[in-house]
Amino acid sequence: MATYTSAEQTLSVVAASPELEEQQQYLTFVLGGETYAVSILRIKEIIQYGQLTEVPRMPGFIRGVINLRGSVVPVIDLSVRFGKPPTAEGRRNCIIIIEVAIEAKNQHIGIMVDAVNAVLDIPANEIEPAPTFGTDIRADFIAGMGKINGKFVIILNIQHVLSMDDMAALVTAGGASLTELSQPKLSTG
Amino acid sequence: MIPDEYLQTFVVECRELLEQMEDALLIVEQAADAPEIINAIFRAAHTIKGSAGMFGLDSVVTFTHAVESVLDRVRSGEVAMTSVLVGLFIKAHDHLKVLIDHVAEGSQLPSEIDSQGQRLIGELGAYLNKTGADQAESAIPAVHRAKVEREHSDAVGSDHWHISLRFGPDVFRNGMDPFSFVRCLSSLGRIVHLETLIDAIPAAEDMDPETCYLGFEISFSSNADKVAIDSIFNFVRSDCLIRILPPRSNADEYRRLIQELPEQEMRLGEILVKCGTLTPEELAGILRFQAEQHDRPQRPIGEVLVEQQLVRSPVIEAALEKQKQIKDNKKNEANLIRVDADKLDELINLVGELIIAGAGTNLIARRAKMADLIESTATLSRLVEEVRDSALALRMVQIGGTFNRFQRVVRDVSKELGKDINLVISGAETELDKTVVEKIGDPLTHLVRNAMDHGIEAAELRLARGKPAQGTLKLNAYHDAGSIVIEVSDDGGGLNKDKILAKAIERGLVTEAANLTDQEIYNLIFEAGFSTAEAVSNLSGRGVGMDVVRRNIHALRGSVDLDSAEGLGSTIRIRLPLTLAIINGFMVGVGNATYIIPLDMVVECIELKAWAGDEGDGHYLNLRGEVLPYQRMRDHFEVEDGAKVQRENVVVVRYGGRKAGLVVDRLMGEFQTVIKPLGKLFKGEKSIGGFTILGTGEVALIVDVPGLMGQIEHERALGEVAVASVSR
Repeated sequence: MATYTSAEQTLSVVAASPELEEQQQYLTFVLGGETYAVSILRIKEIIQYGQLTEVPRMPGFIRGVINLRGSVVPVIDLSVRFGKPPTAEGRRNCIIIIEVAIEAKNQHIGIMVDAVNAVLDIPANEIEPAPTFGTDIRADFIAGMGKINGKFVIILNIQHVLSMDDMAALVTAGGASLTELSQPKLSTG
Repeated sequence: MIPDEYLQTFVVECRELLEQMEDALLIVEQAADAPEIINAIFRAAHTIKGSAGMFGLDSVVTFTHAVESVLDRVRSGEVAMTSVLVGLFIKAHDHLKVLIDHVAEGSQLPSEIDSQGQRLIGELGAYLNKTGADQAESAIPAVHRAKVEREHSDAVGSDHWHISLRFGPDVFRNGMDPFSFVRCLSSLGRIVHLETLIDAIPAAEDMDPETCYLGFEISFSSNADKVAIDSIFNFVRSDCLIRILPPRSNADEYRRLIQELPEQEMRLGEILVKCGTLTPEELAGILRFQAEQHDRPQRPIGEVLVEQQLVRSPVIEAALEKQKQIKDNKKNEANLIRVDADKLDELINLVGELIIAGAGTNLIARRAKMADLIESTATLSRLVEEVRDSALALRMVQIGGTFNRFQRVVRDVSKELGKDINLVISGAETELDKTVVEKIGDPLTHLVRNAMDHGIEAAELRLARGKPAQGTLKLNAYHDAGSIVIEVSDDGGGLNKDKILAKAIERGLVTEAANLTDQEIYNLIFEAGFSTAEAVSNLSGRGVGMDVVRRNIHALRGSVDLDSAEGLGSTIRIRLPLTLAIINGFMVGVGNATYIIPLDMVVECIELKAWAGDEGDGHYLNLRGEVLPYQRMRDHFEVEDGAKVQRENVVVVRYGGRKAGLVVDRLMGEFQTVIKPLGKLFKGEKSIGGFTILGTGEVALIVDVPGLMGQIEHERALGEVAVASVSR
């Protein structure tokens, strides 16, 4: 996990740590019938899904690229990244544009989701640490479990989910298949 | 503290000067007697010392001073510029470079560097009979000596410090009072004489009362040391020009002072008086003498002074040089502007956006079928293209600077190897993008070293083979079809095909059954882990080099090729794009996506059916008697939309001397392509070189033809291996 340390320093990671008393806001969205949350701090904007250019010979989780006001932004299919079937295109599809820090530079990445729900306050004391097993996505993708209306919602550690090193390695591996992707390559320490 | 940006300027300037110095030294090494070049070296050293003094970089000043003193003696012809001395100067130059690097990083000097400097100073010292003020005097021809000593006692006032102050224009605004410094000075000693300089004050109507125009020349008697006097001016150091000359300074110091004084219109005689080199009476005498010379009224005052033996000629030279420099500077300032590279990049980015926006407007105009609008957008895009060309031209630099660096590399390496090698440079004026120039240095160095180490044989062997003992290495550059070609050629032994092939088989890079052309065999040396040198030398032969070279060149969207004739030498040809930002592209459609093929690589477009009808299902066609292998882009890019393509077209591309066909669904015409980098995520995909944005706002993919071809060949080879079930 050494590769993540610098990224964690530059990014205010989703408040899994209890000392971060300050209230945080989270955007919730639906993906394959399940609800996830992500801290709004790194979210730049939410746009409608459309006019996407596919990039050939890419692993399935890279949906393609879009033109975001003159710059080219890759779009990740989060569902495939989590080892599930690709997101179906529908009327409510959205792309959430997220800023991630890569080697001290900020880069925009889009994540494609089924639908966006709402921005919610989740107090730090309402967030439970991530379970080491039992969830169906990689443990290091989870920053914590937030309680919303008595139900648990997975709060994503978006820096890990969109880790460039991890994803680029998969691209270089040459169109890794779905089954390969669903197997966790990293374990949380 | 001195602001960082000044220090940056200093570092940049020093590096430039050091480069000039190196070039000059290498010329001197070739042609020993070249006074104007030795002068150039001296000036470079001198300027570095001067500016380093300004920043209080004592290590640089001390070292440069030693270099300068010896150079001065060379200049006056007392010490001959032998090859040993040139070697020493080159070492000194390298040391200075290290010093400047440390200044740039702001790091402490390691002690071994320091002791190396001391050693060099010691070696240089051997060329000086005496040191310090004595040395300056001994540099004066004997006839002049009597006069000089008289000046020392009568005019120079050698027991006094000499302080030159030029206050910056903002001194008042910063809340400083120039006179308070002068007053403060008197707390350390006695001001013998003070000259106020008011030359800089403009006419009353132009004068800004809040701006300081003042300067002082002070003759100062004190027992305090330089640090104490210097510290008085700490508060104004950053924006003022302050020069403190200790008592009994030698001629060099005065010369330096003259050069640094800002007054431009001041006549030479007055400069000398102000510096205390001459008394006003002497000056008056000279002026009278000059007035009497009716026949030659334009004679420069400097000459008169020398003739009268009133000033030492080095002092005059310095003064004249300064006058000349002022003129030269004025000339250069008009022609050159230093611009921050970031600003330039910003401009080029904007021009790129402009081209995209222009293409969008053009598209709309066409769709609306408004003739007037189409015409107007056409004019507009022509202008934008011109703007683009001139914006890109701003980034263009000549490759000569890079080539000239190799004079030094060749000199050093040939000494190290004990070979006599001559470097011939041609095409130095060929221009290419600055980013490319910066990145091509390392691969070129590698190729040059390799050619010298492995290519060119030892002198005995050369003579035995009937070649001249001196080996020749050539660096050449020229433009060819939208790209620049850089050639590194040697007249050495050339490559041994059999040896390469044997090695490649041994390393498992190719199978024994493979039937390779000469070209392909030669290019094997660019594979990772390949080296044919029996002995690994200090320079090359570790087999990590050539593949790194190729990788670096590919990263610049270039290609590298090798030609060789055994016994006669080899030529390595690097082909690079002229610019990295914008290319002329050819738009094609494959499936739903739009791809751009760099137009320079497109030879022609043909219809597949018309040419390949009788070739069965093989992946090649008969192109006017040539065999043209082709690949369907749909297959390669795994397009699975199930659509039936009406009319397949073949785009014939040329890369690295080979031709191949790319079968596409649609031909869509030319397009001004602004390259957007791939980003880390897509770096691993070889066939795509970048993205661009079309007029419609859609993202298109730029095909990296060499990358794509490599990929296709690799995959075909894998397929064949699988079919033949050959295992290694």
